[in-house]
Amino acid sequence: MDENRENRFMKYLRKDRLPHIFCAGCGNGIVMNTFFNGMEMAEVDFEKVVMVSGIGCSSRIPGYVKCDSLHTTHGRPISFATGIKLANPENEVVVFTGDGDAAAIGGNHLIHGARRNINITVICINNSIYGMTGGQISPTSPKGSYGSTAPYGALERPFKLSEMVKAAGATYVARWTTAQPVQLSNAIKKALKNKGFSFIEVMSQCPTYFGRKNKMRSPIEMLKWMKEESIVKRRADKLSAEELEGKIIVGEFQNKEEPEFSDKVCQLLEAQCTTGKPSSTRSAFEGD
Amino acid sequence: MTSEDYFIQGNEACARGAIKANCRFFAGYPITPSTEIAEDMAVFLPREGGTFVQMEDEISTLGAVIGAVWAGMKGMTATSGPGFSLMQEHIGYAVMTETPLVIVNMQRGSPSTGQPTMASQGDMMQARWGSQGDYEIIALSPSSVQECFDFTVEAFNLAEKYRVPVMVMSDENVGHMREKITIPEKVEVKARSMPEEGPDTYLPYRADPDGTSPMPALGDGYKIHITGLTHDERGYPDASNPQAHSKLVKRLCNKIRHHTNEISRIKTENVEDAEIIIISYGAPSRSALKAVRTARDQGLNVGFIKIDVVWPFPEEMIQKAAGNAQRVIVVEMNLGQIFYEVQRVLPEVKVELAPKIGGEMHLPEEILKQINSTKD
Repeated sequence: MDENRENRFMKYLRKDRLPHIFCAGCGNGIVMNTFFNGMEMAEVDFEKVVMVSGIGCSSRIPGYVKCDSLHTTHGRPISFATGIKLANPENEVVVFTGDGDAAAIGGNHLIHGARRNINITVICINNSIYGMTGGQISPTSPKGSYGSTAPYGALERPFKLSEMVKAAGATYVARWTTAQPVQLSNAIKKALKNKGFSFIEVMSQCPTYFGRKNKMRSPIEMLKWMKEESIVKRRADKLSAEELEGKIIVGEFQNKEEPEFSDKVCQLLEAQCTTGKPSSTRSAFEGD
Repeated sequence: MTSEDYFIQGNEACARGAIKANCRFFAGYPITPSTEIAEDMAVFLPREGGTFVQMEDEISTLGAVIGAVWAGMKGMTATSGPGFSLMQEHIGYAVMTETPLVIVNMQRGSPSTGQPTMASQGDMMQARWGSQGDYEIIALSPSSVQECFDFTVEAFNLAEKYRVPVMVMSDENVGHMREKITIPEKVEVKARSMPEEGPDTYLPYRADPDGTSPMPALGDGYKIHITGLTHDERGYPDASNPQAHSKLVKRLCNKIRHHTNEISRIKTENVEDAEIIIISYGAPSRSALKAVRTARDQGLNVGFIKIDVVWPFPEEMIQKAAGNAQRVIVVEMNLGQIFYEVQRVLPEVKVELAPKIGGEMHLPEEILKQINSTKD
């Protein structure tokens, strides 16, 4: 392949792991592109990036990136990320998760991570369905949408994830779709720069399952649908619940400064430590 | 070198042992009867420059510990039955990813919420088999406050040597009991070994068929991928490959099984030509030892085995020490768990169970009565 034609972010990937397992038309590729773009714009040192993920299609992303990465248990990546960040706050910790991982089995860890305002960035790829297991509905599936476990349409109300994470105390929250890569890149940049719990909700297309079961078979069709249904938050704020039915509210939901958790822990150690070593990172490598 | 005497609880001794062993990360969740360990760590760790965090549940405590361990810390959590049940998922993850860490389980009356303030040894098999799949862990069983300190230190060293979760399986009796203990100024601490190779040639899961490999910390430039999926030597998922799975899981088991005689430990008293041998571990071993000594004073030829390291089960040691006995009585605070292991390894010997549940310890007289019960 001509070097010049290679995607400029290929340098961040484990080429020996390609080809990847994502379906044709999956939104994960757009999210990876926008992540690296946002990371470069935020001038994050890639050498310090530690990616953590749970279980699901989106959680496979860190395995393809040439950085330290933990592919953990279903729903729990934020708990692992909390330990990684507290043990060594120099780690730039990024969590990749999905709607099943973060909103269903991992919902508790998500809101407590936000409550602590620990300095990690959570990128939640919300495709409204369980893709890895074959198209079951998730806690973000729209009411009435179809999945293999909702053959007559989803009866439950979906979570509004960004609104929920904002309410739980996150200091940067934004929702965009894969049809808005420029805005998404900028939001990722801001999320990485925010010193606190940052949450990016990416509405993404799963043509293989969500699309197929909901009469939007092609990825193009799904991207068009997301673009057309998107409404920016400041406009949405003026509309009624009925007018917003079926709309995807995009934009920033939160962007504020608040004391960050790992900083507070470090300050406590500075104040209480009696050994002269307030930061004992790498304690494991010290023998007798 | 100076040592100091203290009059403290078993729980506090676990916390002090952990700190002596260089544990600098503890994630906890309140639960009776182990809460004092978290409380002590919250007080002591910041003074040592270490980090304490209270998480939202026991699933996340172990998740946070695993994360911190990979970031270069020695880490621990402590719990009791209900919390131990929630931890099973991440015990399996720690086994699969070979994450060294320590879990203290101050066992209480179970199943379910059971008896929060009463003791039991009902989680011994759960410690061995609680998470899904074929695997091996290490479990120690302290019977005194001094052993809580000593065994916690040992647990950290074993965890590092074999890259495995190590459990300190004590119980409410010992956790809440106060005794005099001696804490040395320094203890033997096994440091984690960094890879000798650089990032270009290091493979995180390349090891002998019954061995393990050095592990760097996240951020050291090795750019490793860690997954709970079946993985190859590079750490990359290889989940549909029967050979890869077989090779990995056999190694995870054999790195412990093949070293059982180095890891496990029993203590014996008068077993050489004993007709009857009492086997116990943890708190009831104290009542058992009293019963054995009384029986000998009465002229009975009774020996005693205390199991310090219960998992991997010290099969050959038990066979050697008790293989010639006529009767073996296993004293434990459950309705039979380690009893079945003893029965399995001593097929020629009449093995009896002296069970007790409800939260109270065996009285020496109860054990003595059983020793005398079927005496010809």
